[in-house]
Amino acid sequence: MEGVKQGMQQVNDQSVAASANAGHASPQAGAPTRGGIATSGRFDVAVVGAGVVGAAVARRFQLNGASVVVIEAATEVLDGASKGNSGILHTGFDAPVGSLEARCVIAGREEYLAIHESLGLPLLRTGALVLAWDDEQAGRLPELLAQAHANGVTDSALLSTAEVRALEPSLGAGVRGALRVPGEAIIDPWSAAHAYLLQALANGATLRRSAPLTAARRNGDEWELDTGAGPVRAGRVVLCAGLQGDTVERLFWPDASFTIRPRKGQFVVYDTPAAHLARHILLPVPTAVTKGIVICRTAWGKLLVGPTAEEQDSRTEAATDPVTLRALMTRGEQILPGLAGQRVVAAYAGLRPATEQKEYRIRLDAERGLLSIGGIRSTGLSAALGLAQHAAALLNPAEPAATRAVTTPRMPWLAEDPDDPGALRRDWAQPEHGGIVCHCELVTRREVLAALEGPLAATTLAGLKRRTRVTMGRCQGFNCLAELATLTRGRLDPPVGEALAAAPADGHVRA
Amino acid sequence: MSAPDPAGASVSRPASDCEVAIVGGGPAGLSAATELAQQGLDVLVLERHAEAGGIPRHCGHPPFGMREFGRVLRGPEYAKRLVARAEAAGVRFLRPASVVALRPGGALVITTEAGLTHLSARAVLLATGVRETTRAGRLIGGTKPAGVLNTGALQALVYLAGQAPFRRPVILGSELVSFSALLTCRHAGIRPTAMVEPGARPLAWRASPLLPRLLGVPCHFGTQVEAVSGRERVEGVVLRTGDRLWELPADGLIVSGGFIPEASLIEASHLAVDAGTGGPVVDAFGRCSDPSYFAAGNLLRPVETAGWSWAEGKAVAGSIVQALRSGLPDPSDAVDLVAEGAALRYLMPQRLTPASTAGFQALQLRVARPVAGTLSLRHDGLELWRQRLRALPERRVVVPLDVLRRAARTAGSPARLTVRLEEPAS
Repeated sequence: MEGVKQGMQQVNDQSVAASANAGHASPQAGAPTRGGIATSGRFDVAVVGAGVVGAAVARRFQLNGASVVVIEAATEVLDGASKGNSGILHTGFDAPVGSLEARCVIAGREEYLAIHESLGLPLLRTGALVLAWDDEQAGRLPELLAQAHANGVTDSALLSTAEVRALEPSLGAGVRGALRVPGEAIIDPWSAAHAYLLQALANGATLRRSAPLTAARRNGDEWELDTGAGPVRAGRVVLCAGLQGDTVERLFWPDASFTIRPRKGQFVVYDTPAAHLARHILLPVPTAVTKGIVICRTAWGKLLVGPTAEEQDSRTEAATDPVTLRALMTRGEQILPGLAGQRVVAAYAGLRPATEQKEYRIRLDAERGLLSIGGIRSTGLSAALGLAQHAAALLNPAEPAATRAVTTPRMPWLAEDPDDPGALRRDWAQPEHGGIVCHCELVTRREVLAALEGPLAATTLAGLKRRTRVTMGRCQGFNCLAELATLTRGRLDPPVGEALAAAPADGHVRA
Repeated sequence: MSAPDPAGASVSRPASDCEVAIVGGGPAGLSAATELAQQGLDVLVLERHAEAGGIPRHCGHPPFGMREFGRVLRGPEYAKRLVARAEAAGVRFLRPASVVALRPGGALVITTEAGLTHLSARAVLLATGVRETTRAGRLIGGTKPAGVLNTGALQALVYLAGQAPFRRPVILGSELVSFSALLTCRHAGIRPTAMVEPGARPLAWRASPLLPRLLGVPCHFGTQVEAVSGRERVEGVVLRTGDRLWELPADGLIVSGGFIPEASLIEASHLAVDAGTGGPVVDAFGRCSDPSYFAAGNLLRPVETAGWSWAEGKAVAGSIVQALRSGLPDPSDAVDLVAEGAALRYLMPQRLTPASTAGFQALQLRVARPVAGTLSLRHDGLELWRQRLRALPERRVVVPLDVLRRAARTAGSPARLTVRLEEPAS
């Protein structure tokens, strides 16, 4: 009891910069963290999958005192479903009442609100408006309000057309009222997940990348896992394999309890001037299949329109298509006519690990120390911390809370709020940042170099983008790709470029 | 969490105040800087890269410099000479220095390697140039592998970093810069598999397909890039010719041209932006809606040659000298010029000021598609002047401002004139 108290008190006392090479590996495991071959040692918990759910689960178990190893098939973390989403921190107002999803979203949001400042994670308290565009939709708002209240989101309220217009003067014609949910917010989906994982690592967890799981055996009281980066032994295993959830489950059970049906969502991102067109997250009245096309700001001061909901077979390929992107833009212009003529800065697609059912797919085998968290199809970013609490309670309800000091890394501050010049928190406003590398997103040399170091060092250009935002702005690398190629030489696979056979040393062309 | 406004922050002193601050050290900024320094003004160029010179720094091919140096140079040599000439004239440089905000009256918020700082100038010249439209801006679908980039990024990779991002790319576009991409590829031992152009003919010049053919690169007109395929690297480029979808194996895509003024600083500022050019609204002196600010070069409109931008920098430098020494005519004396007609893409300048030897002497305009029609100047529906116009997209069209001024005089002192492009009904 004394130890628990002590540990709790020391939380946040040992803040370290996220860029520091802190908590490199569990002393117990002594394993390298960049996909090297394992040496020896047994972990208390192995987490399969380094998406946002796996990151949150690893953090929770490690902070609870277990020794954790995270194994990730890809060379980069957040390389599956977690790499493309809308970045909304939901309240759970529209989740099925009493569902596990509702509980996890609510608990996850609460924990995010409690920890985001100490981890240096942004929170844009925009609130959301569920917009009704016809009588039928307007007629459904009261039931949505009742659902919100039943989910404990009691600050939600119905707004008249005039009230909606006053809040969002740029909305197109035909709005018929709205449900306002003040607690809905915007976060940075990548820095959040990176922070969870980094905090697990800073407190002793181990990360193995390029470690696809090929076989799993229960041997006495432990699991033996064969991975592409060598064998791993652990007492308990939590599967957070996202788009491969059913495939991975089959390595542990005779058959999977669900089937992944990848559901693609395409997004269009408008440049900063468009962000002034919407203050709230603008949601449609949801249907059974999807939350529908959302318009919201991003944590980086852009404006997002999406996602679509398209069933497909591929679990890895998330392609956009011009016809759908144009349709998204058209829909966006109906909602916000001012979007016409605004510049598109990026388009992307994400894959949701949907299954044949809407519910989260949780499967527990307490006897064998095994938990599968599957089918986190859409609310994973909001629910991740709540799911992690749930996993810890399921797998070992008696587990003590932290008994030692907790290290809290601080993430680089990347957020931009177009209405609030909090930009002075960005590194470019701090002394001795070494110069700007990415001019559109004002990413500094110090930020890029930091992202290439430490236990979560970027290993791909995509990973470097998620950590720093380089090349994510309006020019998409027109101005900075050459400098990035030089800065990242030998660090990324694939590299930005390959050396020319006879590189001109002075920039002069050969005759 | 709410931080003080950067301009109002007392956290730092001005880095160095100056009479004229120039944002952007490309051909326009450097020519203006040189001219201003030669006129005895204290000039500071803020360049966000470590080296000034602008885009020509990484255009490793001719022709540059005929207008400026009387000889044909390759881009890097041309850029060096521009910098040397400015330095010799006494121009000061702050580099790398990124301007992050423009405030009323010529106050700039800047970040350098050392951090945040401020600067205040009697006049500021904005010369931030252009960038190319990205893959996203062209709504090219597919996956997002590495190896899709603009000509600018390719040139910087090849000429500044000595790296090649691919070996067999497709080039999208047929503007001058697209051929620049082709030459850059050739220099780096990269062999493009094809050049594709959505339009029916090349945008650069009629004989331009000869060059890729000479180099063994097939050209496909009337062809769009629909999508990119591949996981980590580009594996193919999906094209659409009419209704036919077809795929070319390729390990990269060069998205060339489609220039856009690099005006994000202006968009985030108090200065007015012109919807047609995408650059700042300027009068014939190159003066913006805040008379402390001027603009020159490709920021004004997409896109002109380095030599043209250089001449513009010199012309606007003349305006700045006059503004600081004897004063320019009051901005309210200007007449708004409004573009009319679907095929008329933009006009620059957008405000007509009284005749002067300083500033621009011609109205620049561009058409959105091949046009054979009539260009007219109108006031309240009354035609004051007309001229036949045959023009192609991406080609320079100019009308002497004095012609418009003379025509405008017949309307008394109008506040607003329309420049209309009419095409005969087909």
